[in-house]
Amino acid sequence: MPELNTSSLPDLIFSFLFFIMMVTSMREVELKVQFTVPQGSEIEKLEKKSLVSHIYIGSPTRELRGQYGPGTRIQLNDKYAEVDAIHEYVAQERESMPERDKPFMKISLKIDQKTQMGIVTDVKQALRKAYALNIVYSASYDRR
Amino acid sequence: MGKSSRKVPGLNSSSTADISFILLIFFLITTSMDTDMGLTRRLPEWDPNAQEEEVKIKERNVMTVLVNANNEILCRGEVINISELKDRAKEFIANPEDKANLPAKEEYDIKGFGTVVTTVKHVISLQTDRSTDYDIYFKVQNELSKAYNELRDEWCWATFHHHLIDCTEDQVTYAKGMYPSKISEAEPKQYN
Repeated sequence: MPELNTSSLPDLIFSFLFFIMMVTSMREVELKVQFTVPQGSEIEKLEKKSLVSHIYIGSPTRELRGQYGPGTRIQLNDKYAEVDAIHEYVAQERESMPERDKPFMKISLKIDQKTQMGIVTDVKQALRKAYALNIVYSASYDRR
Repeated sequence: MGKSSRKVPGLNSSSTADISFILLIFFLITTSMDTDMGLTRRLPEWDPNAQEEEVKIKERNVMTVLVNANNEILCRGEVINISELKDRAKEFIANPEDKANLPAKEEYDIKGFGTVVTTVKHVISLQTDRSTDYDIYFKVQNELSKAYNELRDEWCWATFHHHLIDCTEDQVTYAKGMYPSKISEAEPKQYN
């Protein structure tokens, strides 16, 4: 039996690799809160990922629950934060953007369904004070 | 200076496939493909000098949607189901029958399109309690967006004879001028 020619196998896999690298994005942070975003039918896709910064609100993940309790937490970057830290976070995120993109900065709020509005409003007020006015209530598509 | 040309031995590339496989698997693990989706909103600007100034808006121009701590929706004082909210909002925004308790229609100039008669001064005031669930708040926002989108779609169909999704960018802007999204949010209160 003649041997199978595998000399093009690396090329095949390399092109597959490049495809994967194009369509995906690096996972930004390690999630320390767990959340289920609400479902909606009128939601839009976020076009440019480079313009978007995330704020996560939910209860601590199972491993961290013993340490921090089940109460709602806000996660900025890699750690839990209080509402006061949002101003600095927004300033940092804005600083890392190119000048022409700064006015289009968006904040994606990934908030658990069961969160109470009080904390959401505190975050929104903090965002207003930090002059980050474009926000997105992150959601999943409702297939009904 | 020997004339005999030395032959370079071929590089053994049999492991390239393995190396690229490892790279591939690494990228598959560390990246995510999920696209972020959501409802876009613009917050009002923060003005620290703003006085608590009561802006007088006529009662007929305001639709108050209150979501209380028990997650009940009160639309203009009536308890309603979430499924009714969209139609109520549509009737309020468009006021098709010129009712006296719904927003007044006025002539309004859409840049590049012309003058239309529409309810420019309507306001949907969305109020929540500090212990309202985020889920129901989001659903209300979603229904209100749906009301606006359906009205814009109907208007596009009547004016340009195709749906909102098939409209050009200009036509979408006109539709937004016809039915501008006016959702005002008061800070949540703690009702006892």
